[in-house]
Amino acid sequence: MSDQAAVSDNNAGMITRVEELGYELKVGQVMTTDVVTFSPETTILEALDVIKQHRISGAPVTVDGKLVGIISMEDLIRALRDGRIDRSVSNYMSKDLITVKAMEKVVDALKIFAKTKVGRLPVVDENDKLVGLLTKGDITNGLLNALQRDYQAEEIIRYRASHLFEDIESDRTSLILRYRIIKDDFVHGGAASNNIKRALLRLGANRQIARKCGIAVYEAEMNLIIHTNNGGFLRVEIEPHKITIEAYDDGPGIEDVEKALTPGYSTATDSIREKGFGAGMGLVNIRSCVDEMNIKSSKESGTNLYMTMYLDKTES
Amino acid sequence: MKFLDVIALCEGTLLTPDVDHVPEIKGGFAGDLMSDVLASIQSEAVLITGLCNPQVVRTALIADVRLIIFARGKNPGDEIIDLAIEENLPVASSHLGLYEISGRLAQAGLPSCEMEMNLFRKD
Repeated sequence: MSDQAAVSDNNAGMITRVEELGYELKVGQVMTTDVVTFSPETTILEALDVIKQHRISGAPVTVDGKLVGIISMEDLIRALRDGRIDRSVSNYMSKDLITVKAMEKVVDALKIFAKTKVGRLPVVDENDKLVGLLTKGDITNGLLNALQRDYQAEEIIRYRASHLFEDIESDRTSLILRYRIIKDDFVHGGAASNNIKRALLRLGANRQIARKCGIAVYEAEMNLIIHTNNGGFLRVEIEPHKITIEAYDDGPGIEDVEKALTPGYSTATDSIREKGFGAGMGLVNIRSCVDEMNIKSSKESGTNLYMTMYLDKTES
Repeated sequence: MKFLDVIALCEGTLLTPDVDHVPEIKGGFAGDLMSDVLASIQSEAVLITGLCNPQVVRTALIADVRLIIFARGKNPGDEIIDLAIEENLPVASSHLGLYEISGRLAQAGLPSCEMEMNLFRKD
């Protein structure tokens, strides 16, 4: 049951992307350009042979490249019923033509298909010259190809990121992410942490590690927003085997570090608690998420918080 | 529990109908203090909260929450909804309180996603 639901969710996502593509893709990108055409003088017999040979169900009729009609299987059947296979297609083709332009959106062509029940749409330029032919099959193929390209592009990004450390040779490779955190900027509080978490996932870290690291950095980030004089900086260094996080500011320093590490101990004001912070759990949370934590704090030089997570031991 | 059943049980309104959601919610967690949430929520939970600011969304993202329910009829502003949509995180609003919502979900069999804490460990 839950599997079914999962499938329908995926489908929902796909439909949305397909709909988007319907607006992005132009008729010219999905139409067939190698089109079999007839001249008005072609006989029904000749037309039947060509249609059988190419396994198509109809074709545009042109004069010097200009579209003058379209002949479909139904038209040919009508000619056969009349016993007039010797006549030319111009006698049986339909001249009441619905056409599209190459620059039109695929979604508009789909609307025409839905409204008119025609099987194929000739694609013409401003001078009614035939430039291609569009069927529903062309649209389906075009959408599938576009989706495939999307998928490959995302795969390439993920592949490149997760192989970063393998691709680059050095004695010690690391990736350093730096964020400036602004005092009292509650609106963006947590944005840096979420960016760091996302970066770790892209680099191929497992979800558990990325989550723990995200929590530790989030608490550090909120501390910089709430408790500092002028905000501070987050610096995250990612290496193949460990993540080192540093949060530093220029004051006012933690008065009693031992007390600050006590669960529930908080110096936050009521207005900060109203925002959902200042529970007195920040440093406690950090300590439970990382493998090593160190605090250096003084009134003069502010607070430096160091956190280290080792990647090897929890790799799954 | 089915995602949509969770919302139905708390008489909630899904505020992000266009955001894809997971079919199943693993468990529940209720709280207003984001540090408490970060400290002890397990992945893939519904977060029920009376707090209504962008930090709820950011906290939920960090903690791999699958659905946020703003309790007591709190209606998050555009800023919160826009952030949730941008980050593909479904949010709902319910006129019921934290206790009522939690009770209903628990009674219907949704387990707790609250980890047992051992906070007073000394290294």
